[in-house]
Amino acid sequence: MIHSPYIRKPASVQRVMGTVLLALVPGIAAYVWQFGAGILVNLALASLTAIAVEAAVMRLRARPIGIAIGDLSAVLTAWLLALSLPPIVPWWITVLGVVVAIGAVKHLYGGLGQNPFNPAMVGFCVLIVAYPALMSQWPAAGQLDFATQLTLILGGARELDGMTAATALDSLRTGLRGGSGVDAVLAQGAAFGVAGGKGWEWVAAGYALGGLFLLATRTITWHMPVAFIAALTAISGAFWLADPAQHASPLFHLASGGAMLAAFFIVTDPVSGATTPRGKLLFAASIALIAWLIRSFGAYPDGLAFGVLLMNICAPLLDMKTQPVVFGHRGERR
Amino acid sequence: MIGRLFGFRGGVKPDAHKNESAGAAIERAPLPRRLVVPLRQSTRATARCIVQPGQKVLKGERIGEPEGYLGTAVHAPTSGTVVDFGRYTMAHASGLETRCVVIEPDGEDRWIEHAPFDHREATRSDALAWLRECGIVGLGGATFPAHVKLGKGAGIETLILNGAECEPWITCDDRLMRERAADIIAGAQILRELIGARALVVGIEDNKPEAIDAMRAAAASQAEVSVVPVPALYPAGGEKQLIRVLTGIEIPYGKLGADFGVQCFNVGTAHAVYRAIAHGEPLVSRIVTLTGNVERPGNWEVLIGTPIDELLQLARPRPDTDRFLMGGPMMGFALPRLDVPVVKGSNCVISASPALFPPAPPEQPCIRCGECARHCPAELQPFELYWFSRAKNFGKAQEYHLFDCIECGCCAYVCPSHIPLVDYYRFSKSEIWARERDKSAADQARERFEFRNYRQEREKEEKAAKLAAKAAETRAKLASDEAAPESAAPPPAAEDPKKALIAAALARAQAQKAAAQPKNTDNLSPETQAEIEAIEARRQSGGNPSVGDLPAGNAAGSATTAASSSASDSHP
Repeated sequence: MIHSPYIRKPASVQRVMGTVLLALVPGIAAYVWQFGAGILVNLALASLTAIAVEAAVMRLRARPIGIAIGDLSAVLTAWLLALSLPPIVPWWITVLGVVVAIGAVKHLYGGLGQNPFNPAMVGFCVLIVAYPALMSQWPAAGQLDFATQLTLILGGARELDGMTAATALDSLRTGLRGGSGVDAVLAQGAAFGVAGGKGWEWVAAGYALGGLFLLATRTITWHMPVAFIAALTAISGAFWLADPAQHASPLFHLASGGAMLAAFFIVTDPVSGATTPRGKLLFAASIALIAWLIRSFGAYPDGLAFGVLLMNICAPLLDMKTQPVVFGHRGERR
Repeated sequence: MIGRLFGFRGGVKPDAHKNESAGAAIERAPLPRRLVVPLRQSTRATARCIVQPGQKVLKGERIGEPEGYLGTAVHAPTSGTVVDFGRYTMAHASGLETRCVVIEPDGEDRWIEHAPFDHREATRSDALAWLRECGIVGLGGATFPAHVKLGKGAGIETLILNGAECEPWITCDDRLMRERAADIIAGAQILRELIGARALVVGIEDNKPEAIDAMRAAAASQAEVSVVPVPALYPAGGEKQLIRVLTGIEIPYGKLGADFGVQCFNVGTAHAVYRAIAHGEPLVSRIVTLTGNVERPGNWEVLIGTPIDELLQLARPRPDTDRFLMGGPMMGFALPRLDVPVVKGSNCVISASPALFPPAPPEQPCIRCGECARHCPAELQPFELYWFSRAKNFGKAQEYHLFDCIECGCCAYVCPSHIPLVDYYRFSKSEIWARERDKSAADQARERFEFRNYRQEREKEEKAAKLAAKAAETRAKLASDEAAPESAAPPPAAEDPKKALIAAALARAQAQKAAAQPKNTDNLSPETQAEIEAIEARRQSGGNPSVGDLPAGNAAGSATTAASSSASDSHP
């Protein structure tokens, strides 16, 4: 650098992304423990696709390829997408999702740092809208061995009766629509565990552990996870207290679906999210609110991805309207 | 006195690197071969040179007279001979030149006669004038004149003495506080009395325990003085940050501490004030830290005007040094050349090697992680300013408080994308200034143009009014003329008023011509008269248009020219 400062903290985008990848490990470990190693195949597949797409697009854009791949942002997008998909989707679903996320959502807007939408979440939404059937086949905990999972991923015949089950959110929704109360649904459903979906509650715990690591390393600030969890707890808690027969408990909401992954890893994407402290609180809380609304009243079992994308649209406005007060300007009106 | 500290948001903790030079006691740097003393020693003011090349000067003798409100006097740093007065390159990032007096020391270092100044007996304005005469400016780096900063002498509650020295590597204030604490406190007390403050608070970063102890010992018996350790967190030594930490008061951009009842001086400035008042010595030297990639880091008392290349020999830079930084690594600048003089704001020269100051990794895209915002002591959103600056959206950058940025470098220090953020802000600021300059130039041009239009319009109106008045006068005169001779003889005018009007106008014109022509040609000397006649004759014979053909005014004008030219001929 020609001008001051002449010293720099040993920080890099690679380090930031690497830390987030590392923080995903406890969640992935729980995933493998509960659902088998198939997810690892998907993660590897997604990562390789992401690197290939990133390299290809950077080449097309005549930009340095090495730096772009080395910053690990593409791999992180790939992991977040793969972790959002059912672990037994055929390989081309994963590949398609990553191509959309990296090739279109990230690079059509100018690459790293320029995308207004969360790439992994757009990839997920494209897939769930285009292939709703494949995207709703979730294996039950401990049901499928690795060989079966691999066969399914590689495009084998999908005779899934008895092997997959509706997820906790799905079962609850079907049960409630069928006229049963929450307690009755939970009592009979095989999909339910201690807190949320059977097995998924452990994965959620793993994500939360990783999230705490992100907070401890100051990779993320407290605003978004706290606002997200608080808002989800508040809204689901209010309805649960008012009508426990028709509404699941806050704990169920927090432990089910992608709530913990979203709270610490997805809503916290800095590029497409709000950046001011107050903006972050509003951003994450709104996502929780939208997710709960879709879960409770919408057409999809989970609404996190839609919530994220809707709030991505609002992020610039949130930032503009929540600019923090500058040193020496306290007490002034903006 | 200070109950609690307030802290400030943001800030960074880079490696302090104080140990390299903090142990080295202040030594007097030997006299250089020659001194290049810039006359521009305080911000925005250059002193007027009052010495001639060849003139002998004594140490402390005035060589530059202060000009303007912000000006301070400049003095010969040692005794010797003035050998040149001209433009020399300054220690500046862009290698700007300024007027300098070059002095060849005679080796005697002989002081001019000087006497202490009793500021308690003198009036306040005399005391301020004395500080101005002694060339006292802020030694923290900004070189703002002390007499201006001391202001009106009212409304200041607390005087803050800045001994924070938060930039890495620099130890000149640390050593000064350790070794000359009593003088600093005495100088600060003088400043406190002059400014009319009740309390004196010395803020020192807590990584300088020896300096804190020394200052506490020096201030022990003085109840109004408190020495306060502040957490070592860059930029705690920034004036606004230190004021905030010690008093909780926030000074916004464009405002002075004085508006809020606080004022801040550097410890080095207080020391210089003490020397000026108690000993009558003008400011001719300062402490400079030489450190970094050198064999012998240290702190030197250096005469103002000492060339940096000569000074650096004292520290012996190692061979792998690739550049030299003036000031600290956070806010300093790389010296474009080394044959530049030490000035009153020079606190440190760092010898930099690629090992100590590795080149920045390639710049990557901003990921809006907000790390910069978390460390910004001005509580800005630096990445937003970066995006606006990149897009040259300067209006938006200003709206997001670009000018509240103090360019401390914290944002660039922490940026994981290695973006030279401060450079973007400097770019935006200078673009905005340039546009404002252009705008004010355009405004001036527009004002000039509008005034010209107004003036022409006004002249036209005046002319019209004059004509109208004249016409009215003529008409009135005509009427009275007609009325008067009516009884004596019936004039032909009565038959044809139009003809009469023309005749009257003609007569008037003739009278005017007769009156005008001799106007500038009477009282001429006989030879001039002869000359005019000769010229007239030549003109007539040459077939040139006669004077009569020219309008009367022009004829008079040419006569005037001829008269004056011949007058100057006759009286060379």
